[in-house]
Amino acid sequence: MLRFLLRRGAMLVATLLVASFAVYGALDLAPGSPIAALTGGRTPSPEVLAELNARYHLDDPFLVRYWNWLTAAVTGDLGQSIPLRENVSTLIGQRIGVTASLVALTSLIIVVGGVGLGLLGALRKGPVDTGVVLVSTVSAAMPSFAAAVVLQFLFGVRLGWLPVLGTGTGFADSLKHLVLPALALAATSVALVTRVTRTAVREELDKEHVQTAVSRGLPWSSVVRRHVLRNAAIPITTVVGLTVASLIALSAVVETAFGLNGLGAYLVQAALNKDFAVVQGISLVLVVAFVVTNLLVDLAYALLDPRVALGSRAS
Amino acid sequence: MSALLEVRDLTVRLRVGGSDREVITGTTLEIAEGEAMGLVGESGSGKSMTAKAIARLLPAGAGVEGSVHFAGTDVLALSGADLRRHRAKVAVVFQDPRAHINPVRRIEDFMTESLRTLEDVPRAQARTRAADALEEVGIDDPARRLRQFPHELSGGMLQRVMIATALLSRPLLLLADECTTALDVTTQAEVMAILDDLRRDRGLSMLFITHDLELAGAVCDRTSVMYAGQVVETSAADRLHADPLHPYSAALVQARPDVTSTAERLVAIPGRPVSAFEAPSGCRFAPRCPHALDSCRSTEQVLTGLDAGRVRCERAATLRGRLLDPTESPTESEETADA
Repeated sequence: MLRFLLRRGAMLVATLLVASFAVYGALDLAPGSPIAALTGGRTPSPEVLAELNARYHLDDPFLVRYWNWLTAAVTGDLGQSIPLRENVSTLIGQRIGVTASLVALTSLIIVVGGVGLGLLGALRKGPVDTGVVLVSTVSAAMPSFAAAVVLQFLFGVRLGWLPVLGTGTGFADSLKHLVLPALALAATSVALVTRVTRTAVREELDKEHVQTAVSRGLPWSSVVRRHVLRNAAIPITTVVGLTVASLIALSAVVETAFGLNGLGAYLVQAALNKDFAVVQGISLVLVVAFVVTNLLVDLAYALLDPRVALGSRAS
Repeated sequence: MSALLEVRDLTVRLRVGGSDREVITGTTLEIAEGEAMGLVGESGSGKSMTAKAIARLLPAGAGVEGSVHFAGTDVLALSGADLRRHRAKVAVVFQDPRAHINPVRRIEDFMTESLRTLEDVPRAQARTRAADALEEVGIDDPARRLRQFPHELSGGMLQRVMIATALLSRPLLLLADECTTALDVTTQAEVMAILDDLRRDRGLSMLFITHDLELAGAVCDRTSVMYAGQVVETSAADRLHADPLHPYSAALVQARPDVTSTAERLVAIPGRPVSAFEAPSGCRFAPRCPHALDSCRSTEQVLTGLDAGRVRCERAATLRGRLLDPTESPTESEETADA
């Protein structure tokens, strides 16, 4: 177990190092400069330009700047937003809660909805199963921006049940504001998890060891819980993990559509404003979240399936 | 002897594709308390389906006719909690323990699940009973084995776990479905000896399904032979070898290699085994039977008592004692003798 964690830890650090270099390097190569954004297109005098370059260390060689940024980032200092003259860490801190809550709520919907529907479809053949397949097909074909518009129209405008825009204040109100965005974000993934659950449960139901459990006179509910769902949990966890990891990036679309003040929406806005430090900072946070989620999935996988030996896994 | 299990005219049809296929036709057998009955036949003859029907493990949509009575209850009419109680009293030892034991649960979980779920035995007590049961089937260091996962145990060891588990819930009948086929020969003998010992100690009834006539003879009191979904003969197990009543049983006895002499060539039954749904009308074995007459092919054969056994062959009385005789070649002379 310890060896596994150490190795995965080392891999995590290596991944982050490569990712951080890519993030920093890509923005360095991107057209436009932070100075241009700051001066609003006017050409500053050479003195001012030199002064600005010196203040933001823009004249240093690339590798030196990368190194300074990286060592500061490790301590939690992601630099300064040049246009806003504010600490990037503070800017991210103000918004990370919204995105984290959105992803958490969406994950909950995906797990409960996807596993529930999948189980229902697998266990109840006939019209119920057909219904599940139909719903999941429609849901799978619905990209989150389209789902956002439909949900806003239906529940926000027509029925007036839920707020359509904004973040809200206080726990209950914030949660209410997150329901529609989370549903929009979950649409495609719920369908995926439903399909995988349905297939995995069907497959498991046909296994001999399930027949053994039935032959021993165990109640059906306990056969399903302890043998069918327990074993099907292995592929389900894998797909849930990958889906949740992808939500972190997809949240940008939904946050923009619902006017949520989260990291994803802010990333888009910062990129448009050429606020390089913010883009780098948010990208780095998203990469960390993605990699850590994947690590958790691997851990869960090894815990769920004893045949996967933790110490000797090659990947 | 009162019969613990009574199967009468059991016919099972399975849905394959769009059509119903008969897999067992009119199977009749009974097992007394403490008796071991062997059920012998080739693959596809309906042995396992018979066991599944008794334990009510047939796939959904299977059509079942006839009757199965177990310990005074009509098994085919059971449902819900009564059905589960019936299943708990009939323990099944399956052929492939690796596939039949949940790979992600510990041996302890597998062994104690019935006790804890159905009988509310406390965890510690269930564990002690499981450890004792493991010791009984000759597994040392049971405490360690209980903590292990199935993939950490050998096939022979797993089958012993399966047997120990089957006996833990104190069943009335053991259905052993080719329980040693997947094991290598030496392990097979060990597992078989353990199963036989424990069964006799407990006075447990058993339906022992195998395609090994010899093995059935060694552990069973009586043996039933199945062909194409029908029981063709039921006899005392030791008598079946010396004095088979049905030409098919005789052919099976002759087809097994003799251990005392080197045979030039093994005797084989001509033709190939058929399943119930593709069986011809009349006697199902007739196309492969050296003794078949025209009347065999045209009349449905019925299971009738002969001596202490039962046989499904109208010529059984005539052929009695001649089936194993190598000098007896079934030719026209025989037909004239009969006519």
